[in-house]
Amino acid sequence: MRPCLQFLSHETIKRAVSEAYDLLRDPGVRIYSDRARHLLAEHGAEVDFEAQVVRIPADLAHQAVETAPSSFHLYDADGQPVVHYGDDDVHFDPGSAAIEILDHGANHSRSPVTADFVRFAKLADGLNALDGVATSLVCADVPQEIADLYRLYMVLLYTRKPVVTGAFAVETWAVMKDLLVAVAGSEKTLAEKPTAVFDVCPSPPLLWSEITCENLMDCAQYRVPAELVSMPLAGATGPVTLLGAVVQHTAENLSGVTIHQLVNPGAPIVWGGSPAAFDMRTGTPPMGAIETVMIDCAYAEVGKYLGLPTHAYLGMSDAKVVDAQCGFESGISAVLGALAGINMISGPGMLDFESCFSLEKLVIDAEIVGMAKRLVVGMVERETPLALEIIRQVGHTGNFLSMPHTRRWFREELFIPSPVVDRDFRRNWEAKGSLDVTERAHRRVEEVIAAYEPRELPVEIVRELEAITLRAAQSAGMDRLPSW
Amino acid sequence: MGDILKQLQEAIIIGEPDQARGLATQALEAGVAPLVAIEEALNPGMQVVGDRYERGEYFIPDLMMAAEAMKTAMAVFEPVLMARQEQRQVLGTVVIGTVEGDIHEIGKSLVATMLSAAGFQVHDLGVDVPAGEFVEQVQETRANVVGLSALLTTTMRNQGVIIEALKEAGLREQVKVIIGGAPASPEWAQIIGADAYVENANEAVAVVRGLLGSHKGGKMRSGGER
Repeated sequence: MRPCLQFLSHETIKRAVSEAYDLLRDPGVRIYSDRARHLLAEHGAEVDFEAQVVRIPADLAHQAVETAPSSFHLYDADGQPVVHYGDDDVHFDPGSAAIEILDHGANHSRSPVTADFVRFAKLADGLNALDGVATSLVCADVPQEIADLYRLYMVLLYTRKPVVTGAFAVETWAVMKDLLVAVAGSEKTLAEKPTAVFDVCPSPPLLWSEITCENLMDCAQYRVPAELVSMPLAGATGPVTLLGAVVQHTAENLSGVTIHQLVNPGAPIVWGGSPAAFDMRTGTPPMGAIETVMIDCAYAEVGKYLGLPTHAYLGMSDAKVVDAQCGFESGISAVLGALAGINMISGPGMLDFESCFSLEKLVIDAEIVGMAKRLVVGMVERETPLALEIIRQVGHTGNFLSMPHTRRWFREELFIPSPVVDRDFRRNWEAKGSLDVTERAHRRVEEVIAAYEPRELPVEIVRELEAITLRAAQSAGMDRLPSW
Repeated sequence: MGDILKQLQEAIIIGEPDQARGLATQALEAGVAPLVAIEEALNPGMQVVGDRYERGEYFIPDLMMAAEAMKTAMAVFEPVLMARQEQRQVLGTVVIGTVEGDIHEIGKSLVATMLSAAGFQVHDLGVDVPAGEFVEQVQETRANVVGLSALLTTTMRNQGVIIEALKEAGLREQVKVIIGGAPASPEWAQIIGADAYVENANEAVAVVRGLLGSHKGGKMRSGGER
């Protein structure tokens, strides 16, 4: 039996969805994209073009939910469907778009550069607990106009895993699509076997900026999976009641599904988000707050009720360094997200309200992910009878270690952590230098990076990726790409 | 009369806009001069609110509701002040907004509210505000402070664009420019020639006071969005 977590009754979900449909009609959604407003108007939505407000009829939104697929796969470099967005399958990938990086041992963060990205990509590629990678660092050594596509370029050069990414501008989406097509071979192949998903974020409350809305429609057009990341801040940009935040999240995501499916019915789309329970003392959006996690898990229940694949930003911490708070917040939220059966959980490696990345945190989080994945496998009935025979066989000797039964099952029953998790005798621990978890994590970072095996992309593809990126860089005023 | 002012002060402290409006009206009817009511009820009320926040008894929603109560009371007093050709003492005039291309509101609004509660005259231009509008508003209101908010790495450039526009309009010398938002930083402020970077709303109050040459306050983050 798979253990699961439930916050909402069927009845409550239905009420939340019904209120969300009501919100789409009144007050409607403010959409800063002309193309989206016209599209919605053509399909019967009432549009106030001056106020840029669209009132979406319930049946239009409902129809979109019906045409959106309930599952799809993301593929790795070998064309294997390694991520299944659907059912209660759980996957993890690193948090995305950090504008800061924390070096080992440092108390101050700094802006990441290309060399940091290379280390990150090698590390993320080598950590088996992570099913996907993300474009996790925003490099400061390239013009900000190309920062989004540059990180995708780096990820494609270095990793084999599916990618969670996103564009920062309307125009760069097409360049990022071109990068993906360069590797996939054609737009058709990319659509059939998508290798990346794009985060698109409505702005709370009930707003779509032009950038994200255009990105959303472009994803639909090319059937590149889109991930809706609605992020009400409970008490600040959304209701403080947790259920109220879920209602707003539902309405925002429903508006996204509607726009998306109108462009291209059946294109893959994910019910994701990054809400937070606003901190009333400091005015921050804590990603490690228990209420943040509750909103995430509850909206995932709504997504499942609607029959859509799910995603959330969890496994993060608001701590500024890799400390105990960092561990407990990341651990609690990753575990709860896994129990909620969220298909893709993005967040490992991320500190400081999703703004700062730590490689050491990433490897610690990989252990949390390993445990969370083991947890959701649950108690498995390996044998019938459950244990009668083996216990009788051992009798009163107390030694199961030398039984074939133990060796037969222990690798499946037990999650075996890396040495990042200390389970040694105290004397051994002292003999090895009395290293705390951050020190052990740092060693593992270096080991995994050293063991990295290059992605073997055909040289003509590498050239094309470089040419595409260089063109974008040059139009942003940078003559040559950074060397590393 | 003293009783009404005491109640008005209390309405500010507990953050009840309707009560504050009613009591402000009563005070006027009882013949209290608006400047006296502001001096003896509103300002000390906000002082108590600030102290309670510093002590951890009050939270941001308490501050915001107190500021709302303050605003409704001021709305009652302002026409009378105008009629009497009196002016409440303001610490300065601030034009604030989120830059063009960016529709993130909350951090900017927190800063606006806190500045307004601290005694500044604040003109909040909203979100997605073009450079030209900042320039116009600065001219029109004779602002001495401009606040530029941007939450995206792609829109923060517009903070610099607005500073250039202020220069071109010959207004840069008369205003102090503060910038804020998740991707902004003190280094960025220096690059684009802003006077200061502020990380949060309380810091904004302290920094603006400092820039205009008065004393400083506490700390509160406003980086409410990502």
